[in-house]
This record gives sequence, structure tokens and C-alpha cells, in this order.
Amino acid sequence: MTDTSVTGPSTRLKWIAGVMVVVYAVVTLMPLLWIVATGFKSGPDSIAYPPKVLFAPSLEGYVNLFTTQTRQSAEYLAANPPQTWYEEIVHDKNMVITGPSRFGERFMNSVIIGFGSTFLSVFLGTLAAYAFSRFRVPLRDDLMFFILSTRMMPPVAISIPIFLMFRSLGLSDTHAGMILLYTAVNLSLAVWLLKGFIDEIPREYEEAALIDGYTRFQAFTKVVLPQAATGIASTAIFCLIFAWNEYAFAVLLTSGNAQTAPPFIPTIIGMGGRDWPAVAAGATIFLLPVMVFTILLRKHLLRGITFGAVRK
Amino acid sequence: MPETAMDRAARATPPRMARRIRGLSDRAVAWVFVAPTVFLLLAVNIFPLIWTIRLSFTNFRANRPNAEVSSVGFRNYERILTDPDVWQTMQATAHFLFWTLFFQVLIGFALAWLINAKFRGSNFWTTVIVLPMMLSPALVGNFWTFLYQPQIGLFNYVVAFFSGADPTSFTMIGEVALAPWAIVIVDTWMWTPFIMLICLAGLRSIPASIYEAAECDRASKWRQFWTITVPMVLPFLMLAVLFRGIENFKMFDMVVQLTGGGPGNVTTLASIDLKREAFEKWRTGYSSAYAVILFVTVFGLASIYVKALNKVKER
Repeated sequence: MTDTSVTGPSTRLKWIAGVMVVVYAVVTLMPLLWIVATGFKSGPDSIAYPPKVLFAPSLEGYVNLFTTQTRQSAEYLAANPPQTWYEEIVHDKNMVITGPSRFGERFMNSVIIGFGSTFLSVFLGTLAAYAFSRFRVPLRDDLMFFILSTRMMPPVAISIPIFLMFRSLGLSDTHAGMILLYTAVNLSLAVWLLKGFIDEIPREYEEAALIDGYTRFQAFTKVVLPQAATGIASTAIFCLIFAWNEYAFAVLLTSGNAQTAPPFIPTIIGMGGRDWPAVAAGATIFLLPVMVFTILLRKHLLRGITFGAVRK
Repeated sequence: MPETAMDRAARATPPRMARRIRGLSDRAVAWVFVAPTVFLLLAVNIFPLIWTIRLSFTNFRANRPNAEVSSVGFRNYERILTDPDVWQTMQATAHFLFWTLFFQVLIGFALAWLINAKFRGSNFWTTVIVLPMMLSPALVGNFWTFLYQPQIGLFNYVVAFFSGADPTSFTMIGEVALAPWAIVIVDTWMWTPFIMLICLAGLRSIPASIYEAAECDRASKWRQFWTITVPMVLPFLMLAVLFRGIENFKMFDMVVQLTGGGPGNVTTLASIDLKREAFEKWRTGYSSAYAVILFVTVFGLASIYVKALNKVKER
């Protein structure tokens, strides 16, 4: 529809539509901005009434997030002046830093499990999607539906046998176990999305390569893969976001060693009540990469969230 | 871009190898490519499912692995289906499902329709609106407990500001009457963009020529909306509702963090109840039967719905 079209929206309608959408967007963004802002508030500012929009920025939340602290006597504090800027922040509250918190570990677990499972599911998914796209696999439609239907199970429901299975295989609370589990969950998305992307690559390219003496495998790696690169990349980001955000399996199947950040961040507590700046700081660090990826992905977003059913 | 691939294919071809068939046959390649995926899904999805079905006929408890396990027939199923608490849970799930879908369809479609007017900057604002749905539901639910605090929370402050009520007079997640709506609000905030994006794709798939023809026939805008726009978007909208319906039937992370199923059990959705039975009370056999019932329900409802969806598509 062009601007000159007789059926297109009028300038006035466009204006009204624009204002309404912007108002909605601003309202919807408020909670997110509030998370980011709370991360930079001092403890008292974060629980002030009325809620403070303007405040003196503080890194207290971030320092609390990454460190463990204990209260110390005035004499001890006077005898040990703070050496660094972060020690100074806790010094002002009559505390000293005793060591790093577990946030770093949990965040790294999220990175390891996220990237590990993404790599595996995209790798296996690309192979399966290519086969489903190009060959007459027996029961193809049934298999594709079976792959999709695995997503219909509530995670809590499969957690019961997975818990028992992992316990007997020694995979409970391990990175390997979680990577395997997330790979299986993400495979359905990867296969469906990638099949859509590979379907769009004309078969003629491979056929030309095959006639030129390529083996099927060479045609796949040298002709199809480079063409599918964008699709593979966006599928990978979707798998990564899913593994990154996953909570149910993580909270039910991990406790110490392989726990990821989503079950950990809500358990952060301060002295005398929730330490909201630290929680918000953790959430900010955790959510920002996803926001960046979402912006990068915006062209393929629709495809990703509908398993390739809607392609625009 | 297509040329480069052809060129590359042509250039990289080893002349000697031309027309020599080496490597695996297509059939073998297909099997080698598909097998690992199918195997992994069988191991992590189907095998556990079968195991769940088997456990559902026993009184097994996972926290007492050495205790004697005996078969109890359909007793677990009987107990679940006659338990008033389970029905209360189902009602809470249905309430959540119905109202989240209702608001998301309404607001999502309206937003899509507005964005489709293609004002300046509409692409930018679409991306902004979409952000909440990509975030970790558990962290979002957790942070909303802060926004819902009666005195210090932003939500109560804003509501009080516009309505004049005392911000400490209501606790969204602490009151039996409000908590079911608290989770509906957060879910609607998060997932309206999902419905919006899919509706937008539907709106954009309608060729302008149809409207032009309608204009020639002097059909009113109102009539065009109901006879062209709505029927053309409906298959897209129904697909979006299917996805959201399945997801919200499984809902766990956001609500568990936001209300933990409380106060009492007014926001105890099916998954939360199942988690309590399985991982807090450790009634493994009972909760396996519960899981089977939930799976059959979601699968059954989804199949019926897909049939209806296909009918709409065929029209």
C-alpha cells in the first residue's frame, strides 16, 4: 500500500495510530526501565515512597550482586580503610567484602549450558532439517509432527521421569545433563525453523553441484550451508534465548553445581529484606543480552516464535 | 547472491571427480542426518513419557527409592479426578487461560491494526513493544512482585495516581480477589506483542487490491473491516491463540515467581500443583498420573482446535 493509494490510511489516521502505539510502547517499557533504574539505586532510594524517578545513581546494587559482605565494628572499619571504589561503597554501610558471591558462577553456568545446548541443537537440527527438506524420509510428516508435539508436554511433567533418569545415570545437577535436556527441548524448534529456511534454497544449486561430481555430503556443506547461514544464525539465537530464559527444568533438576541464573537471581536476599537493587542489577545483566539479540533478530522474529509457521 | 553460489559450486568442482559417484547414497545420508535427532527425542521425551505412564499405575515415591512399589491400578487417576482441589486448580488454569487470551487477542489485534497504518517510525516502535516477550519469565515474574508492592511498588503508585485510591489499600498478589488478575496482567503485558506480531503478518498478507475492489463497490470501511480484514486475519489469529493457549496451559515459571500459587491456592495453576505433588510431597506415582492427564488434555484440546483451524483456512 503506497501513500497515494485510495484505500490507504489517511494522514490523520496515521497520526492517531502513531500516538496510540507510542503510548502503548512507553507504558509497556516502564517495567523494563524500572528494572534497569532500580539496579542503579541505593537501598533506601529503591524502597522510597513515592517511587523515585530521579535519584543519585549508585553502584551499590552491582557491588552487592557480585560480593558477599559482613557487618564489622567501627574500630575494625577505621583500622582498615577501603582500598578500592567498591570497597568504599560497602564501607559506607559499615560492611566489608568477604569474597565473591555465587552470581558469577551461576551466570557462567547459564553461558556454558546456553551455548553448549545451542550448538548441539543447531548442529543436529540442521542435519535433520536438511534430510526432511530434501529426501523422501519415510513417515516424514509424522516424524515432523512428533518432533513438534514434544513441545506440548509441560516441563514439570517430563521433569519427574527425567529427574529419575538423571539420578540413575549420574547426570543430576551436571552441565552435561542440562545441555542434553535443553538440546532435546530446542531440537523441535531448530528442526522446524531450519527446514523452513532450507526449503527456501532452490534445489537446483545442489543438483548442479551433484552433476559436477560433488558427493551429497559435499553439496550439503559447500552449497547449502553457506546459503542457509542467516537462517542458521537466527535459529541459533532463538535456541540460545530459550536456554537462557529456561526456569522450570533448571529449578527442578539443578541445585548447586549446574544451577543457572534464572533460579538464582530471585533468591538474592539482603540484610533485612530483599535487596532489590542487587536483584535488579542481576536481572539487568541477564536481560540486556536478550534485548540486544531481539533487536538484531527483528526480521526473523515472527518466524522464530511461530516455529516457522508464519514467514511474512 | 544466487549467482555467487552457482559460481562457487562451479569453481570448486574438482574436474577429475566429475560424474564419479562417491560417498553415501542419498538414502544413507538421510538416515544418518535424521537418526541422532530422533534418537535424542526418543530418549528425552518418549522414553520418559512411557516411564511416566508406567509410574502412574504405582504408588512409587521418588524420595524412597528402596521402598516396595506396588501396582495400584487406576486408583491414582480416580483420586485426581475426584479431588476438589484438583478441580479448583483446573478452574484457576481455565480462568488464567481465558482472560489472558481474551485481553491479548483484543489488545494484540488492535495494536497490529494501528501499526499497519504504517506511520513514521512504526518499525522502531514495533521492536520496542516486542521486547517483554523475549525476556526470562521467571525474572520478570520475580521483578513484578516488586512493582506490585503496596507502598513502594510502581504499579500501585500509578494506579493510585490515576484513580485517587490509597496505594496501600490493595495488594495485587496478596488478596484472593486480586491475585488471579495480577498474573493475568503480567502475562498480558508480556505476551500481547506475540499476538500482535502474528496479526500484523496476517494484515500485511491481505492484498490491497481486495480493498480497492471493495471501495469500487462502495462498501463502507466498517463493512470492509468485518468482511475482509477479520476473515483474512482469522487463520493467523487462531494460530497465535493455539501457541499461546498451549504455552499458558503449561504456565509455570512466571506465576511461580510472582505469586507462588497463592494466596491460598487461587493462582495454583496445573503445573504449579503438579510440581508440589511431585517435588514437594514426592507422590511420584500420583503426580505421574496427574502429568498424563494434563498431557492428554492439552493434546486433545490442541487436536480439536487444529481441526477447527484447518476448516477456517480452507474457507
